Amino acid sequence: MDFTLKIWRQENAQAKGKFVTYKISKISEDCSFLEMLDQLNEQLVDKFDHPVCFDHDCREGICGMCSLYINGRPHGNDQGITTCQLHMRKFKDGDTIVIEPWRAKAFPLIKDLVVDRVAFDKIIQEGGYVSVNTGGVPDGNAIPISKEKSDLAMDAAQCIGCGACVATCKNASAMLFVSAKVSQLALLPQGKLEAKKRVENMVSKMDELGFGSCTNTGACEAECPKEIKISNIARLFREYYVSTVS
Amino acid sequence: MSELNSKIPQGTLAEKWTKYKATQNLVNPANKRKLDIIVVGTGLAGASAAASLGELGFNVKIFCYQDSPRRAHSIAAQGGINAAKNYQNDGDSVYRLFYDTIKGGDYRAREANVHRLAEVSNNIIDQCVAQGVPFAREYGGLLDNRSFGGAQVSRTFYARGQTGQQLLLGAYSALSRQIKAGTVEMHNRDEMLDLVIVDGKARGIVSRNLITGEIEKHFGHAVVIATGGYGNVFFLSTNAMGSNTSAAWQVYKKGAFFGNPCFTQIHPTCIPVHGDYQSKLTLMSESLRNDGRIWVPKKKEDAEAVRQGKLKPTQIKEEDRDYYLERRYPAFGNLVPRDVASRAAKERCDAGFGVGTTGLAVYLDFATSINRLGKKVIEERYGNLFQMYEKIVDENPYETPMMIYPAVHYTMGGVWVDYELQTTIPGLFAIGEANFSDHGANRLGASALMQGLADGYFVLPYTIQNYLAADIRTPRMSTDLDPFKEAEKSVKEKIEKLMSIKGKHSVDSFHKRLGKIMWDKVGMARTKQSCSEAISEIVALRAEYWKDVRVTGTANEFNPELEKALRVADFLELGELMARDALNREESCGGHFREEYQTEEGEAERHDENFMYVAAWEYKGEGQEPALNKEPLIYENIKVAQRNYK
Repeated sequence: MDFTLKIWRQENAQAKGKFVTYKISKISEDCSFLEMLDQLNEQLVDKFDHPVCFDHDCREGICGMCSLYINGRPHGNDQGITTCQLHMRKFKDGDTIVIEPWRAKAFPLIKDLVVDRVAFDKIIQEGGYVSVNTGGVPDGNAIPISKEKSDLAMDAAQCIGCGACVATCKNASAMLFVSAKVSQLALLPQGKLEAKKRVENMVSKMDELGFGSCTNTGACEAECPKEIKISNIARLFREYYVSTVS
Repeated sequence: MSELNSKIPQGTLAEKWTKYKATQNLVNPANKRKLDIIVVGTGLAGASAAASLGELGFNVKIFCYQDSPRRAHSIAAQGGINAAKNYQNDGDSVYRLFYDTIKGGDYRAREANVHRLAEVSNNIIDQCVAQGVPFAREYGGLLDNRSFGGAQVSRTFYARGQTGQQLLLGAYSALSRQIKAGTVEMHNRDEMLDLVIVDGKARGIVSRNLITGEIEKHFGHAVVIATGGYGNVFFLSTNAMGSNTSAAWQVYKKGAFFGNPCFTQIHPTCIPVHGDYQSKLTLMSESLRNDGRIWVPKKKEDAEAVRQGKLKPTQIKEEDRDYYLERRYPAFGNLVPRDVASRAAKERCDAGFGVGTTGLAVYLDFATSINRLGKKVIEERYGNLFQMYEKIVDENPYETPMMIYPAVHYTMGGVWVDYELQTTIPGLFAIGEANFSDHGANRLGASALMQGLADGYFVLPYTIQNYLAADIRTPRMSTDLDPFKEAEKSVKEKIEKLMSIKGKHSVDSFHKRLGKIMWDKVGMARTKQSCSEAISEIVALRAEYWKDVRVTGTANEFNPELEKALRVADFLELGELMARDALNREESCGGHFREEYQTEEGEAERHDENFMYVAAWEYKGEGQEPALNKEPLIYENIKVAQRNYK
């Protein structure tokens, strides 16, 4: 398969960026999107040109590092996957593909398609945990949890922290990300004790870091590679209101 | 040869760890605040260690090359984590988990370490539950278990097919809490490139800030390496793209011994290779072998026909299928250990019964289980894995059997450590996959997560104090001391040299060539000849690398090509040591299979009289042959036998 690629190139956060067009040919349809970019980079290295920088690591959809905005959609035109799981068979021969970085104020650009998502770590540091030290905890089966609750907590816990929700949101809101962690811990008895403080601190950190507000467009749910439900945001609101009145 | 002291405590096996903890030296809270510890790596071992050390009151600096500690490759572990809880009332115990692990490792692991691992396994489950890790549960609200290879009990705890992710996020949350508390200082996108030794003790590291390219110096009273395994030496593996051996390799070159480098785990159930553009291999969890049956066609003509696409696997009649694991190993069936399952797959494919377009694949079939349990149950158990398979291969595994083939997955070998997880360099510790300690020649499924968290939460936070207790009078050192400056200088020179070559071939092209040598000659089957050839080919490739590699960009910027170039330079040295170790070990054991040494039935044939030891390799300088040190393995509690899964 042959493709025309329009890729965002930007030297660093201060530099001015622009789209650069590349041609690539003889790509197998079984090739993954990132493997297609690997081949482009091999060509660029051959010409002593600068390879395109993009984040990636596990290449099996779980580490959350890959983060490309492809033809106007985070992680490309397929449901429930990350960029590394997108395969070229999803495109048509001869397609033009536009590739951009995540664009959000809270995710400053590092180079080309690589952005800094440390803001997510900072939100978790505000309370995305149960405050237990190592050791001195009760037996695992001493805390029975209904399968239903546990499964719902797991649904939320699957978030990989990639930032697609922020990238796709017109407000660059991090509500889906924050709500996934708040929900996981709110659903479990272990997380209940600190629920009030957790939700307040995490939400206020999110605001402070420059993420926008939620206006319920649902784009985040539509694009989340782990299909985290927007109902988690409803639970976040409930937790937040409860914290303000109690 | 140097004296190797494994520091195994006296006493009966079950008492050793208890006694050690009761009598070891500790550091009091006021002194903990004066001590700095560097942890390199944020996977299960590194994150859990840093969090636990921070909670205790030490000052911790932790480093990862990714943009966040939550990305470490522990996150990709799918199937589960073992513990000897015996919640299923099926006869499990600490002793049985210990026994299965030693046997699974083909009698090449230390008894005392493995018993300690089995002892603390139960604490790990408790700890993770307390953190809010959403393990799978029964309808009654209690924790669920499943079976894994090499065991006849159900002792594996899991969180769907994302157990590693959930455990890592648990450790990451504990780490985040300590970062907030100020006890841990996080360094994202910051990669260790050298170890600093002052007066014979590990005292810091030199690292590169991957965003700016700046070379940094960091002091620590002790240094902990938690940088994972070196499977990427094969280029194609189930490891993450960035997983590398550089930290482990630099400490080896600074004097830490390297244990059993040839012990590599080839995982039997991975998605087969499909093209030369491929960058990595994807694992299909071992848990699938609970309900999937592995087979190839019984008739060569059928195998030929499916390879050419003229016959579908579902069209092959039951009596024309060879469920070769069930046939050869009736007692364990599809749940034999990984090394056994991988070799059996290779044997069938080499004999001409392989499927897929390349003939290098076997079927993993769920039809029997779907008929027995219904599609819904299978979907609940493995839904995300089936989806992942379909995305990659474009076939629906509910309707047609999966195709799988062995791939490099884990390295049992690693930096040599004693019972305290300390290397041969005082003050330098190695934990998790980065050390060699607990899995012998083959790791059992769901034991990597167990070992990473055991080391980080429950072992290192104790043993490191036994070392640091003698160091409480050592003030923090300036990083302007000569040893820091020298290490910084050598790192800068290495980078300058790589950048200045400006050769013709990309870093990846060399990495692929190295991977091919390793897979063909030091892979699933090895011979004296293949290992010898590998050594000379790697030496030649390495020389070519330093003359002809092309690294684009500059050193003072975000430059992934340079990151790769530094890592591949180390793989090119490690590969040679692996081949040397494989050549030296004239026996077959676990994942190390020397074709010359096999039983009539094709099983691994150990030579206990000559090789019941840990091969601990000692660096002797550039261009010099490394020296072999032997740590004898003494089995006082287990009767050593040929492994039998029949």
